[in-house]
Amino acid sequence: MDGLTRRISEAVHGQPQATVTVLSSLLAVEDELGYIPKEAVEEVAALTHSTINDVWAVASFYPNFRFEPPCEHTVEICWGTSCHLVGAMPLIEAILDAAGMEGEGDTDDRRLTLRFNTCLGACAQAPVISIDHQLHGRLSAEAAREKVSALLSAPDSSGGR
Amino acid sequence: MAISFQDMQTEAQGRWQALTAGEQPWIRVGTALCGKAAGCDPVLDALKDSLQRNGIAANVSQVGCLGLCFAEPLIDVQFPGGPRIFYGNVTPETVDEIVASHLVLGTPVAHLALGYLADGDGASVSPGLDPGIPDLNLHPMRAQEHRIALRNAGNIDPGDIYQYIANGGYRGLDNALTELSPSDTLDHVNASGLRGRGGAAFPTATKWRFLAGSDAPVKYILCNCEEGDPGAFNDKAILESDPQTLIEGITLCGYATGSHYGYIFIRHGHDGPIERTQEAVRQAEELGLLGDDILGSGFSFHLEVALTGDSYVAGEESALMEAIEGKRAMPRFRPPFPAQVGLFGKPTNINNVKTLAYIPEIVARGGEWFAGIGHDKSTGTAILCLTGSLKYTGMVEVPLGINLKDVLYDVAGGVPDGKSLKLVQSGGPLGGVLGADNVDVLLDFDILRAAGAILGSGGLIVADEDACAVDLTRALIAFCQYESCGKCFPCRMGMSHLLEVLERICRLEGSVEDLPLMRSIGENMQAGSLCGHGQLGFNPVASALRYFGHEFDTHIVDRSCPTGRCLRPSFSPMSSRR
Repeated sequence: MDGLTRRISEAVHGQPQATVTVLSSLLAVEDELGYIPKEAVEEVAALTHSTINDVWAVASFYPNFRFEPPCEHTVEICWGTSCHLVGAMPLIEAILDAAGMEGEGDTDDRRLTLRFNTCLGACAQAPVISIDHQLHGRLSAEAAREKVSALLSAPDSSGGR
Repeated sequence: MAISFQDMQTEAQGRWQALTAGEQPWIRVGTALCGKAAGCDPVLDALKDSLQRNGIAANVSQVGCLGLCFAEPLIDVQFPGGPRIFYGNVTPETVDEIVASHLVLGTPVAHLALGYLADGDGASVSPGLDPGIPDLNLHPMRAQEHRIALRNAGNIDPGDIYQYIANGGYRGLDNALTELSPSDTLDHVNASGLRGRGGAAFPTATKWRFLAGSDAPVKYILCNCEEGDPGAFNDKAILESDPQTLIEGITLCGYATGSHYGYIFIRHGHDGPIERTQEAVRQAEELGLLGDDILGSGFSFHLEVALTGDSYVAGEESALMEAIEGKRAMPRFRPPFPAQVGLFGKPTNINNVKTLAYIPEIVARGGEWFAGIGHDKSTGTAILCLTGSLKYTGMVEVPLGINLKDVLYDVAGGVPDGKSLKLVQSGGPLGGVLGADNVDVLLDFDILRAAGAILGSGGLIVADEDACAVDLTRALIAFCQYESCGKCFPCRMGMSHLLEVLERICRLEGSVEDLPLMRSIGENMQAGSLCGHGQLGFNPVASALRYFGHEFDTHIVDRSCPTGRCLRPSFSPMSSRR
């Protein structure tokens, strides 16, 4: 069993809750790996007595699932109504500019995954972004640009992943 | 589990006494999502470091959301028997000053203090308290509050079940299990007049009776904390601040309806609310307040946390059941209704977090007590999330019947920077908008409905004069389009079509035919969609046209966006469901 297969197996078989489903298993894999490799789809299908098609149908429905490893850093920008009204759009513009991107996705150098989130849940601190799952609120476009630039200019910590 | 409830209460009161009136000061740090986004983590680290450097022994607890989100990071210091002194917008730098003065010398830092709270526990204002530190209960955000579901939020450590018990927790459940029959318990809920707080405002007791009437051996109670509405975070705040009140409420619902299994359904990714809920379930099980034979009563109830992926429609009751079953979150055909054929084919009751969080106090204090609060057939309180262009953003619990205008201008302090209020977006993206001239309305489910607005989940998002109603409508429809699950094509294609038209109007390329075209799309969505997402999906456009039709005309006829918002770049997330 290679490293990836073992991690998938431990994630899907180690779910603590009583109700184990296709969705709960996929979420467990995402928590462990940050993405859903095709080996995980097969493992989840076997565990839940589902077809591979059934598992893909669920995995492709929920936009939080991705099918290749995330980049070294993940930045999510809240795009919800509260954030929209107090400056999410200029903030997105600044972050895209800092990252040299035109929209959601991964940078070519695999340093940054960028995603728009429909609500990060800290609406009273709008506009909000999350950097590697840490929330940052009341950001100006310039402050957001600086944070992302600092992230990208820091030494690569991925160890060549 | 041999320990009796009375023993638990004694233990809990002893522990609470030790915290509030023992040897050491107690420092509480708000670490809910609002606190996290404001930077509470570095503040907490700096606080612990500063206490250690100064050799101060203190109890430090992480609490949830007090509601004063605008002042996060928020910490408070309570010396044994004294008031709580709150410090707002704390930074790692100001923490040092607070520790050096307040903790080391015993002198509160008046110029950093937000206020004091002296309620509860016999705490009294210490004679030497600086007169420059105001009573926090006089703050506009607290002055009109009546806290029921949020009674413990920001006061207790959500990770310590004994703090909940010390503040009256589980006495409602203990009372029901020892004194009340399931139908007596249901009668309390009926007498309270409680209506669902998820948006539909359906009478809770009526809903429960549907389930209680079924003699199926397996029935489910589902608690909905999908909470995908941007601008609403009160469900998550309850989970983060006082998860035991929800667990007690769900268990009481199980007792009243003869159900032994429940799920709390939360969107994946909100780690704080999820982890605190999971830990709370574990602690309740450990004390025998969940599981088999609760408090020796013979009643058993098992509760599990179920997670969903990102999907707004997963908050719709039948799609929610699909998601718990592990499938795509798409709505089901009804009938059969959930009370007959629900989760895993069994009879099921679904309530919102806020609805269930009221139950322990309703059972402990009686339904009539709750019915005496509020307005007409809208009993109890509204738990509101105040966001957008407001002086004080945060969360308040106020009696229903309060005027929306008072909430916006008094409680939330109005629009800052001398700007004027333009519109309020209420009830989530499907709820629509109210113009500034229409906010003189009572927060009452029936009055609001008659006015064409809904309270929904309690999110009130305020836009000032710099906002463009057309741009906001495009953003709301972009959300609805992104979140359409795709099952019903009138919704899937209608949302895409509406967005296309709105984008055209925002580019100042719209035509006069676009308005009737949108109405026609909206009618088809309403007629041809299985769930509220499509049925209500035209609301944002309809309400914007009602109050801001002239702005659409300016964009279409004059080819001008007065605020300039529509001319700036706009971005939307990519949907895998297109």
